Amino acid sequence: MRTGQASWGKALSLGLIAGGTVVFVSLVGMVEALGVRVIVVGVIDFGRLLLLLIGFVAGYQVARRDGGTGAPVVLLGGLVTGAVTGVGLAALLLLGSVVNLRGMFINASPVLFEIISFGRGTAAAPVVVAAGALAGLLGAAATFLPSAVRGPLGAGLTAAITVGLFQELLQIILQEGSVRNALREFIFVPEGLPPRGALGIFLSVSAVSVVWRWRRPAVQGWVAGRPPQARRVLRWLLLGLAVALALVMPLAGGLFISQVLVLVGLYTLMGLGLNLEVGFAGLLDLGFVAFFAIGAYTVALLTSTSQYGIAHWSFWAAVPVALVVSLIAGLLFGLPILRIRGDYLAIATLGFGEIIRLLVLSDALRPWLGGSQGVVSIPKPMIGAFEFSGPTQIYYITLVASALIAFVGARLRDSRLGRAWMAMREDEDVAEAMGINLVNVKLLAYGIGGAFAGMGGAIFAVLLGSIFPHSFSLLISINVLALIIVGGMASLPGVVVGSLFLVGLPELLREFSDFRFLVYGAALIIMMQVKPEGLWPAAAVRRELHKDEPVGVVAGQSVAAERTEG
Amino acid sequence: MGILTSLQLTKRFGGLIALNQLDLDVTEQSIHSIIGPNGAGKTTYFNCVTGFYRAEEGRTSFNGQPIDTLTPDKITQLGIARTYQNIRLFANMTCLENILVGMHPHLKSSWMGAILGTPHTRRDEKQAHEEAVRLLQFVGLRGRGDLLGRNLPYGEQRRLEVARALASRPKLLLLDEPTAGMNPRESQDTMAFIQRLRDELGITILLIEHNMRVVMGISEVITVLDFGEKIAEGTPEQVRNNPRVIEAYLGTRRGAAGVGA
Repeated sequence: MRTGQASWGKALSLGLIAGGTVVFVSLVGMVEALGVRVIVVGVIDFGRLLLLLIGFVAGYQVARRDGGTGAPVVLLGGLVTGAVTGVGLAALLLLGSVVNLRGMFINASPVLFEIISFGRGTAAAPVVVAAGALAGLLGAAATFLPSAVRGPLGAGLTAAITVGLFQELLQIILQEGSVRNALREFIFVPEGLPPRGALGIFLSVSAVSVVWRWRRPAVQGWVAGRPPQARRVLRWLLLGLAVALALVMPLAGGLFISQVLVLVGLYTLMGLGLNLEVGFAGLLDLGFVAFFAIGAYTVALLTSTSQYGIAHWSFWAAVPVALVVSLIAGLLFGLPILRIRGDYLAIATLGFGEIIRLLVLSDALRPWLGGSQGVVSIPKPMIGAFEFSGPTQIYYITLVASALIAFVGARLRDSRLGRAWMAMREDEDVAEAMGINLVNVKLLAYGIGGAFAGMGGAIFAVLLGSIFPHSFSLLISINVLALIIVGGMASLPGVVVGSLFLVGLPELLREFSDFRFLVYGAALIIMMQVKPEGLWPAAAVRRELHKDEPVGVVAGQSVAAERTEG
Repeated sequence: MGILTSLQLTKRFGGLIALNQLDLDVTEQSIHSIIGPNGAGKTTYFNCVTGFYRAEEGRTSFNGQPIDTLTPDKITQLGIARTYQNIRLFANMTCLENILVGMHPHLKSSWMGAILGTPHTRRDEKQAHEEAVRLLQFVGLRGRGDLLGRNLPYGEQRRLEVARALASRPKLLLLDEPTAGMNPRESQDTMAFIQRLRDELGITILLIEHNMRVVMGISEVITVLDFGEKIAEGTPEQVRNNPRVIEAYLGTRRGAAGVGA
């Protein structure tokens, strides 16, 4: 019975953690903010869904960690965990009805309690506990499903939730065209996603998932059986499809989607640059926004028609200069920190980012850089008579630039320089002893990485048409770092995935914006625990994950054992 | 004058004298061993030769060229390569990439060439890959090229480290305990392998080793260090019978040392 007792303890402690989490997200106002988004009309909103998901995950975790005991015990464990989670929320509800929590927690508003209690006041406390228990039970039950069932169910649910979450946007996208309109009327009602629509999406996506699971080996076998040339054609077709999708997305999605996509593109550019420094060369850089700012200011000063403009060049003439200037900035930036390693490097680079921001903000440079007033009247790029007037048009510049930069990044990764960077990341001393000139290699990492970010800054300047020092805050550096960690260190596709996930998604979920860093923190912690290699790991890392435990002994461990023999 | 010559080399760490006026001369195309108790200064000597440490006094020259003030990358480019006591592979790179890094000094393609994919760069890379595959074969790691360095078994990690060192086409190879952690059988193989390096590739070998069977089996010259000083030097036969060596290894009390000598 010892294992039984241990699992009760686990159920209780995980339940308490989950209970604490639900109380926390309620009191910081997240539940209320997310409650605005109705997932399924008349059924559930995002705030309540979040609370239930926490109970579900807690139940799932308890059951998963407890494989040894019998099914009834495991299910009961999940039930208890979920119930404890619910008790946390119920306690908050009861407490809120007795004490005025608002004095301390500004978000403990009546609206919050209405969300929690379904508008029934304290009488709903048992219901809340029961709902938690049910969520926990379902979570535990999910562990018993074979993956062939769990996968499609999960895919269907995720799809339904996603569609519900973005129903407003999808409705706008599906407004034009008769086919699209018919689809819209079939799925949505004006207020959002009705239960039948949700069910329809759930069933169809699950069905597709089932079919895919069933046919995948056959499809893979068929592909593997093709001659290499045909496979190459197939790969190009897939790539072409992705490109086509990227090309039509802003046209189909409208202005808002375009804005989000441009932002994703700019962060991708910066991510590719920082990935080169951190992912490839292992040089942690917290001042990366400096290069973004330098690229933006270079283009601004060269093209602006305001008093600060010095050349009135076109965007196309200014971009190469911006690239060169940010490259040189990278070299200069690298010089003083050549000998700094590890944690100290992070602090030193952190300072650089701030120095650039304070320089452009300073009164001393105000006659040239505009100080806090910034530089305005930056003309849009033109090709002949065509003006890249808004986000939809500038998106295409971003797309081309990202593709180009990603290509350069891939070429560098597989080159002599790329290998030198990675060797330096792995072991700086040994890399030097391999004949690698650390000074050159480091400076090139800062320079080329800086140039990539400078490209992003150049586009940023024309996107907004005016730039201000406060646009280049430390937060941008942190965002970029977070996105390459979430996407997968040293992985080029990971940068795109990371920026879609950490930049695109929060933009789409405007309610998130206040909680962006809470979500970042949680996402980073979860990533480190569950998927430390990132969402789309680099090829070498992924290859390794397909293997079992390393066969070898860790270097040096078994040396001592046999040494005595000699 | 040998290929590697050190004169009166002294290295201190604070008050500790790690190397004390060491004279060492390694003959070209020889297999030369350095032995001595733990802390005798053997690895410190390697670190001084390869530029990791800078000796306070004395001179070291390689092929007649002074190397005391050179950085490690320059010394490697001159033709000295090494392996490490505790294996230091690039753990998250593949075996092939490890070797390609070793070739770094010989590859001449620039980063601009790599971005543009110039024919010169492509040819350079292709040749480098072919040579790397040959080197993998040479050390018996055929077909392992795509594995990550850290996923290799211990013995193969050691061999990969040697292959990486060979990739820089050294004239002098410093091996720091190449048979550490190996069973007698593996040690035998390693000995044969070291001899092949010298016989087939003409590389001068300087090695640190604790396994006496290996040392006595393959060395032409043995230098014995104790507390940073050279206490004996000669053929295996001479060293084996040297009373000071026996004393250093068996740990006779210092006071009684004179009697033995």
